[in-house]
Amino acid sequence: MISVLGAGVAGLCAATELAERGHKLEVILPKDAPEPASRFAGGMLAPFCEGEAAPEEVVIAGQASIGWWQRHASSFAQRGTLVLAAPRDRAELDRFARATRAHDWVDPVTLEPELTGRFARGLFYPGEAHMDPVQAMDELRTGLLERGVALHSGAPSGRIVDCRGLAARDRRPALRAVRGEMLEVLAPDIALSRPVRLLHPRFPCYIVPRADGRYMIGATMVESDRTGPVTVRAAMELLSAAWTLHPGFAEAQIVMTGAGLRPAYPDNLPTVALQDDRIHLNGLYRHGFLMAPVLAVQLAAQFERDPTHAH
Amino acid sequence: MFYGVELKTRLMLGTAQYPSPALLREAIAASGAEVITLSLRREGTGGAAFREIIKRSGCRILPNTAGCHTAREAVTTARMARELFGTDWIKLEVIGHADTLQPDPFALIEAARILCAEGFSVFPYTTENLIVGEKLIEAGCQVLMPWGAPIGSGQGLRNLEGLRAMRAHFPDVPLVIDAGIGAPSQATQAMELGFDAVLLNTAVAKATDPVGMARAFAQAVEAGRLARSSGLMPQRDMAQASTPIFGMAELA
Repeated sequence: MISVLGAGVAGLCAATELAERGHKLEVILPKDAPEPASRFAGGMLAPFCEGEAAPEEVVIAGQASIGWWQRHASSFAQRGTLVLAAPRDRAELDRFARATRAHDWVDPVTLEPELTGRFARGLFYPGEAHMDPVQAMDELRTGLLERGVALHSGAPSGRIVDCRGLAARDRRPALRAVRGEMLEVLAPDIALSRPVRLLHPRFPCYIVPRADGRYMIGATMVESDRTGPVTVRAAMELLSAAWTLHPGFAEAQIVMTGAGLRPAYPDNLPTVALQDDRIHLNGLYRHGFLMAPVLAVQLAAQFERDPTHAH
Repeated sequence: MFYGVELKTRLMLGTAQYPSPALLREAIAASGAEVITLSLRREGTGGAAFREIIKRSGCRILPNTAGCHTAREAVTTARMARELFGTDWIKLEVIGHADTLQPDPFALIEAARILCAEGFSVFPYTTENLIVGEKLIEAGCQVLMPWGAPIGSGQGLRNLEGLRAMRAHFPDVPLVIDAGIGAPSQATQAMELGFDAVLLNTAVAKATDPVGMARAFAQAVEAGRLARSSGLMPQRDMAQASTPIFGMAELA
């Protein structure tokens, strides 16, 4: 028996991968657990764009998760990522191009006709994908229930795989919080078909299209473990970036705001680590959906190498 | 001397925008910086984990008031910084314009007066304006930090003659070029002009290899400082051969 603690993207991916490989397991979510940070994620699978600041191992590992989500999330779409910058920030675009790979220079209008006349050039990452993270997590949970996996709030009865995110700070003191804030708007008059990143020296932002005319606008990165709702500053930064991208966002309705605490290790890299008889799958930072499947596969492989772990 | 503290290396490093705290630590080590600056306004008291990592670098912390737009905000942030870090050092930054990030000299002087009176060692981020500099000294500042160019612009020393004049006008005040430095050559130039130190962030944090760039800046600052103290040759209008031609064989 394996007991997966936590039902954020890390816990659900780990549980799904283990269940699919035939392990007996349960998923435990205490009643007082905070909402997982992954509910506020962008849901972008953008290993190449993330390579701007993340090390090469994230770029390589992240590519593997694209296929995993294609098999597991019905909202998965592989339409690439478009990266843009306002004319006066064009140097940011050159820097981004130098720092990343697997991209082409494009005329943005050829990909997103609504951006006509606004941006002279952009970077296109055709291999990248996106999905709706909340829907994807709901689907994973349903899939687990269908396989007979118990989701409960009781005491763990098996070998513990700790996927509690920031709540695991009690056992993993190196974890720190990086606060992220996001908004969701309803803009049925706007038709963007893929994630668009707008570079800015201080307020970079991305916009991810979701079903029914909704768009996710994210996300701030603040070295803080302060909980609580989105700040005015964050909302201003995100909304003005959205407006810069497409003036039509001025008429959009703000339907949701959210703030979460990303769990991160000092190198901002996630790990599967054994400590005190429990396995910690943590530190996903801003790469939850990108890295969780990779860690889940790594975890399952460890169990298969050493089956005694599973009992 | 910076408020009685002698610094061996004259590169000061900002700590924002690095890919990870681990890389930040490596870059600090590679830069040899003894002073690092850290913002508090946005992170607030919730930023304890990041501050701990910063403290463990062993460097002297120069907290800053980045993101403050009024004297009052800056003073409050400075007091919080003193409590969190146990230091009187404060890099005073009062932004006058959210877009260009130009300092607001009026609010800067007002905040400097209050903080100096409360015993802070104030490092004011200012322009190269001489009168503002004088008012800051009068307020009690013993260091001035003129900008090279707007924050994060990487344009280098945009008003060279103005900065030269500032150096000449304040011969005994430690002057630190803060902001606008994009390349090591610009840092060298600042040191050759006789500035006492250089403070920068983006040029290192946003380099493809921050650790390599930190090392490059360390060498550049050292080169400029050594050049200054070794006596730079003056520029001439005409070429002057360095080898005498008198007495050479005439082979034609």
